[in-house]
Amino acid sequence: MKSSVIVFPGSNCDRDMDVALRKFGFKNQMVWHDEDSVPKSDLIVLPGGFSYGDYLRCGSIAAKSKIINSVIDFAKSGGLVLGICNGFQILTETGLLPGVLQQNKFLNFICKNVYIKINDNKNKFFKNIKKNILELHIANNEGNYYCSDDELKSIEENNQIAVTYCNKEGLENEDHNPNGAIKNIAGIFNKEKNILGMMPHPERMIDSYLSGEDGSLFFKNLLENFK
Amino acid sequence: MKIKVIITLKNGVLDPQGKAIQQTLNGMNFKNISEVRQGKFFDIEINEADENKAKSQIDEVCKKLLANLVIEDYKII
Repeated sequence: MKSSVIVFPGSNCDRDMDVALRKFGFKNQMVWHDEDSVPKSDLIVLPGGFSYGDYLRCGSIAAKSKIINSVIDFAKSGGLVLGICNGFQILTETGLLPGVLQQNKFLNFICKNVYIKINDNKNKFFKNIKKNILELHIANNEGNYYCSDDELKSIEENNQIAVTYCNKEGLENEDHNPNGAIKNIAGIFNKEKNILGMMPHPERMIDSYLSGEDGSLFFKNLLENFK
Repeated sequence: MKIKVIITLKNGVLDPQGKAIQQTLNGMNFKNISEVRQGKFFDIEINEADENKAKSQIDEVCKKLLANLVIEDYKII
């Protein structure tokens, strides 16, 4: 399976993502933002970081970059696109995903492990995954998901809420909402569920000695779902 | 020609920075300041002599890049 990680000036989780994808068997390539198009891939990943220094709004400049039209074409033709953290912000700024990531409610940069609950597994990202609650890492200043009431109604009706912040047992409430995100939303799909954007970083949880293994579960499962 | 653009958060959208500024001002004894909303200001030089044309182009610029219409409004002045 071929994957491509798009690298923007200011991306800083691109190499971790490359390590994770290769570890679980993807043939990954790095694609610079200034390229005209993404080489043939089964999966495109927009990694975390601070693309273009987070100027104007997080992800807004990357959403108009040279490479992005090729990513949008791939996504619109049904190709699998995963955006993590800044990648999620870029996906909302392109309009491929609804809503926006605002500054965290308490104005703090949050860097910690969180639990997230998988809300929908009828999709290539989470189908057959063995756990319903994953422990992953978040590191962001703008992770506070927001959308209008109409959009929220529409994403709920279409089961587009992919993952939500919760406690170890899966309880979702304000106490386990790190940043003020509407409905504890940590990640969403597009309607067709071939695009996933989420704030938590699975690529940071692929080593039991350093962090945890729930990211490994995510990548192993993702690869299996391609077979 | 110079065109100015002001971007503000829509009513009802949480503005924690504005809130922090307002609370700080209250703490500095500006007790009558009850709300602060923070926004952005752009000073744009455009090579276009026709004001209507220039403004309509900047309108497109706001929609396509400067403002995120999910949470922000813009005003061209």
